[in-house]
Amino acid sequence: MSARFATRITVIRFLDVHKSYRVDGKDIPALQPFSLDILDGEVFGIIGHSGAGKSTLIRLINLLERPSGGRILIGDTEMTALPEPALRAQRRRIGMIFQHFNLLASQTVADNVAFPLRLAGERDAAKIDARVGELLERVGLAEHAGKYPAQLSGGQKQRVGIARALANRPEILLCDEATSALDPQTTASVLDLLAAINRELKLTIVLITHEMDVVRRICDRVAVLDAGRIVESGTVADVFLHPRHATTRRFVDEALPEEAASALAPLAQVGGRVLRLTFRGATTLSPVLSRVMRESGVDFNLLAGRIDRIKELPYGQLTLTLEGTNADAALASLREAGIEIEELPR
Amino acid sequence: MNPLHSLFPNIDDWGELGRACIDTLLMLGGSLALTVAIGLPLGVLLYLTGRSQLRAMPKLYGVTSLVVNVLRSVPFIILMIVLMPVTYVLVGTKLGVRGAIPPLVIGAAPFFARLVETALREVQQGVIEAAQAMGASTWQIVCHVLLPEARAGLWAGITVTAIALVGYTAMGGAIGSGGLGDLAYRYGYLSYKSDYMVVTVVLLVVLVQLLQMIGDRIVARYKRH
Ligand SMILES: Nc1ncnc2c1ncn2[C@@H]1O[C@H](COP(=O)(O)OP(=O)(O)OP(=O)(O)O)[C@@H](O)[C@H]1O
Ligand SMILES: [Mg+2]
Repeated sequence: MSARFATRITVIRFLDVHKSYRVDGKDIPALQPFSLDILDGEVFGIIGHSGAGKSTLIRLINLLERPSGGRILIGDTEMTALPEPALRAQRRRIGMIFQHFNLLASQTVADNVAFPLRLAGERDAAKIDARVGELLERVGLAEHAGKYPAQLSGGQKQRVGIARALANRPEILLCDEATSALDPQTTASVLDLLAAINRELKLTIVLITHEMDVVRRICDRVAVLDAGRIVESGTVADVFLHPRHATTRRFVDEALPEEAASALAPLAQVGGRVLRLTFRGATTLSPVLSRVMRESGVDFNLLAGRIDRIKELPYGQLTLTLEGTNADAALASLREAGIEIEELPR
Repeated sequence: MNPLHSLFPNIDDWGELGRACIDTLLMLGGSLALTVAIGLPLGVLLYLTGRSQLRAMPKLYGVTSLVVNVLRSVPFIILMIVLMPVTYVLVGTKLGVRGAIPPLVIGAAPFFARLVETALREVQQGVIEAAQAMGASTWQIVCHVLLPEARAGLWAGITVTAIALVGYTAMGGAIGSGGLGDLAYRYGYLSYKSDYMVVTVVLLVVLVQLLQMIGDRIVARYKRH
C-alpha cells in the first residue's frame, strides 16, 4: 500500500501549522504544531475523539479557520498568503460536505446544486441546467430535482451536499463527519459513493470521523488525532493492524470489542505464548497456517480471529496460543511466508 | 336612507371619513416602504458587524446599536414633535401625509432593523459556512444566503412593523398628520362625538387584522420549506 503513494504528488501540505483559539483573552491551543502531506488522489482519514481538533484541522485546509502559525499549501499555492479575492477563487477548487449537510432550506435541490456555479459567475441557464442534471444523475437523485431539502431523507440530503460540492469540478473534497448523522446502511451507501467519486474523478478526499469503520471502509491513509496532536499516521492497514498509540488501540478495540486485550485475558489462562498473527493480501486466502503447523508439529489454540477487508485489501488477524518444542521454528516459517507476528503481553 | 346614518347619527361627513382612510393607507404604505428600504440594510449592518459575525466590527456595531436603541426608546409622539424642523427641511411641510412620513420612518426603521438582525441570526451558521467554503463573498452571502434563508422571519418582521406603524399613524393624527387618528382625536375625543371614535377604531382594527392575516400567509408559505 505505501508503495502506491511513494511517487505521488503532494496536494495538501501543512508545514509547522498550529492553531489556538482566543477565548476570554486567553489562547487555548486546539492543534499542536504539526506537518502533514496529503497526496494526490488518495482518501485521507483523520480520526479522533470529540474535541480532538478534527474539525479545526480540516477547516484549516480551505482557511475557514486561519492557522495561528505555519504554512498551508494547496499544490504550489500558499493559501495562508492569499489576499481575500484570490482565496475565494482557490476555495472553488475545494469542495466541502458537512455533518448536518448545510443545504439552503429556501432553495430546491437543483438550485442548491446550481448555487456554487452561480457563485462562480456562471450565467448561462442552459449550461447550469446541464451540469446540475449531470451531477444529480451521478448521485442518484435525478428525480428529486424539484424538491426542497426538508422533503428529503438524511442520506439524500448528503447526496445533494456531494453533488453541490462537486459542481465546480474541485480537485479536493473535504468531508467533515459526513456520515455521522446517518444510520449504518445509509452511511455505507454514502461511503460507497465517495469511494466511487475518488476512483472515477481522481480527486483527493480528506475526511474526518470518530468512527474507525469509516476509515477502514474507504481511506488509504489515516492520521490519529488525540487532544490536538497527531499521535500516529500511515496506511490504514499499518495503523489499524498494528496500533502503537493507546488512542489508536482504543479505536481498534471499540470497533472489535471481542478481540480487545481485556476480552482475551481470561481465555489466555490456558498457557503457552499468546500471539497475534496478521495476514495481508494474498496470504489471507492461502493455507499457510495449517501447512506450517502440520509440518512443525506444534499445537495451537485459537482465541479470536477475523477475516475482513480494509478498503480493497483482504486481511486476517488471528489471536492464538502456541504449545510445543518446535514453536520458534514454526514462527520463523510463518514469518517467511509473509505473516506478521506479535507476541501479546499476558 | 343610508343605514349607516341611523346607526351613527353624529357622523355628518362620510366623505371625510373616506379621505381619512385613504390618508392612513397612504401614510402606512409610504412609511412602510421607506422603513423597509432603510431598516433592512441597517439590520444587515447590525448583523454583519455583530460579535463573531462575518464582518465583526465592535466599534461600528456599538455606535449603530446605540443610535438604534436611542431612537427606539423615544416615545413616538415626542419623536414626532422633536423631528418637526427636520421634517420641514426634508419634505417642506410638517403637516399631512407628507409631514407624517419622516417621523414614522425614523421611528420605525430602527425597530425594523432590530427585527431584521434577529431574523438573520436565526440562519444556521453552517449554511453560511458552506457558502464561504464555496468561495462566496460577504455580499453574495447576504444576497443569496442570509436574506433568502431568513425570508420567513423578515416577513414576520415586516408584518409586526406595519402594525406598529398603524398605531403610530393614529398617534400622528393628534398633531396634524391627518388620517383616521386625526378624526378620532378631533371629533371623537375633543368634540365628544363617540360615533367617530367607534367607527375609526373599528376601521383600524380591521386594517390591523388584514395586515396580520396577509403577513401570516406569506410567513407560512416560506416556512413550509
Ligand atoms: N470557534 C472556537 N472558539 C474557541 N474554541 C474552539 C472553537 N472551535 C473549536 N474550539 C475548541 O477547539 C478544540 C477542538 O475542536 P474541534 O471542533 O476541532 O474538535 P473535533 O475533533 O471536531 O470535535 P467533534 O468531534 O466534537 O466535532 C475543542 O476543545 C473546542 O472546544
Ligand atoms: Mg467536529
